[in-house]
Amino acid sequence: MARVLEMKLDFTAILARWQMLLDGMALTIQLAVITILTGFLIGTACAIARRSKFRLPATIAAVYVELIRNTPFLVQIFVVYFGLSSLGFKFTAVTVAIIALTINVGAYTAEIMRAGFDSIHRGQWEAAECLGLTRVQAYWHVALLPAMERIYPSLTSQFILLMLASSITSQISVEELTAAANFIQSETYRPLETYIVIAIIYLALSLALRLAFWLLGMLIFPRRRRLGTNL
Amino acid sequence: MNNAINATHLTFLLTGAFWTLVLSLMAFVGGGVVGLVIALGRTSPVRFLRILSGGYVQIVQGTPLLVILFVVYFGLPTVGYSLSPMLAAGLSLTIYVSAYLGEIWRGCLEAVPKAQWEAAECLALSKTQRMVKVILPQAVRIATPPTVGFSVQIIKNTSLASVVGFVELARAGQLINNSIFQPFSIYMIVALLYFCMCFPISVFSRRLERTGASRLKAAETAVSA
Repeated sequence: MARVLEMKLDFTAILARWQMLLDGMALTIQLAVITILTGFLIGTACAIARRSKFRLPATIAAVYVELIRNTPFLVQIFVVYFGLSSLGFKFTAVTVAIIALTINVGAYTAEIMRAGFDSIHRGQWEAAECLGLTRVQAYWHVALLPAMERIYPSLTSQFILLMLASSITSQISVEELTAAANFIQSETYRPLETYIVIAIIYLALSLALRLAFWLLGMLIFPRRRRLGTNL
Repeated sequence: MNNAINATHLTFLLTGAFWTLVLSLMAFVGGGVVGLVIALGRTSPVRFLRILSGGYVQIVQGTPLLVILFVVYFGLPTVGYSLSPMLAAGLSLTIYVSAYLGEIWRGCLEAVPKAQWEAAECLALSKTQRMVKVILPQAVRIATPPTVGFSVQIIKNTSLASVVGFVELARAGQLINNSIFQPFSIYMIVALLYFCMCFPISVFSRRLERTGASRLKAAETAVSA
């Protein structure tokens, strides 16, 4: 305990390397934004495939979702990293990270979106059919927004978890925020201060992401805007 | 040197899987104990406790587990607390799990119908009696499926302990890879082993959810009938 009191936390060396932190932060944000979009597309496609009346796409989507949801992201990223290179593809670490994160979050989004689509009342689907809409049109014009509105909080949490999980890509030498921290602490010999700073930045990023999703929700769900609440 | 994966490698991986389970259990027990305190704090009538536990949850859930692990493993030694990789991983996971379980269990405590709280109060039970004899038994039943589901997350997240050199399943895979360099096949086997640990639990949790939902429905129809 005495040593704790003697020891003073010194952040000057870390804050002096703010440029590195900023670069890392920028890459973390980029990774998050890109994979939120790609993951959402893949996830929604898989949710629709899983609900399809055709056996094959439903099974493929189910296997994909279960495989990804029951293995750690760290192992997934290694499999993708070494799998792609053994197939002869030469991708940069950032590209591999984007692919792995997309595959990962796609599976989680698929489960969430499926729950959303399942929550749409049967009458809505029947009404869409009676109006002569095709299945695709029914999903697009009738089901998508109300489904998203219902599962929007889970979707938001999942995307924040995705942003935090992007820290794991530092393990394949992607130079995002955590990798920047690893580098800074090896230069300054101040690991405690460095990782505290990083933790605060991640905290700020997740709050910012939450705020961004809240604003987006206000924008795309008019009902929420009018009522000021969820449904 | 032989570059094929042999039985020794598989035994090594299985030993790694064993340590993954040990670490998961540590995290679950540690995180469960702290998580219960957090859940009680979050639902406490004392405002200060609510803010304190709420802040803890916000901070932990807004930080990657990897960074928590680095703070504990690399940061604490500079202020005089050196931890072995296993203890560091166990402590980080405990912190991480407690925030999530605390939040899950808070939801479960709040899901116990208000009438039950009031009824217990009307029966002149003390606050402790009310919690232990009336609320917790019902909350435990509600909490079982999501808790089992979350234990899958715990098992998966123990893989991060490999980063600080604790030899669990993922680290065992890395070590074998260093000697025979067959990354793709090794990590596929590692993934398969993780899947074998997690998938049964996922299925079990889903089954619990279904029976729980149907039991709830049956209770509702019984009441309305």
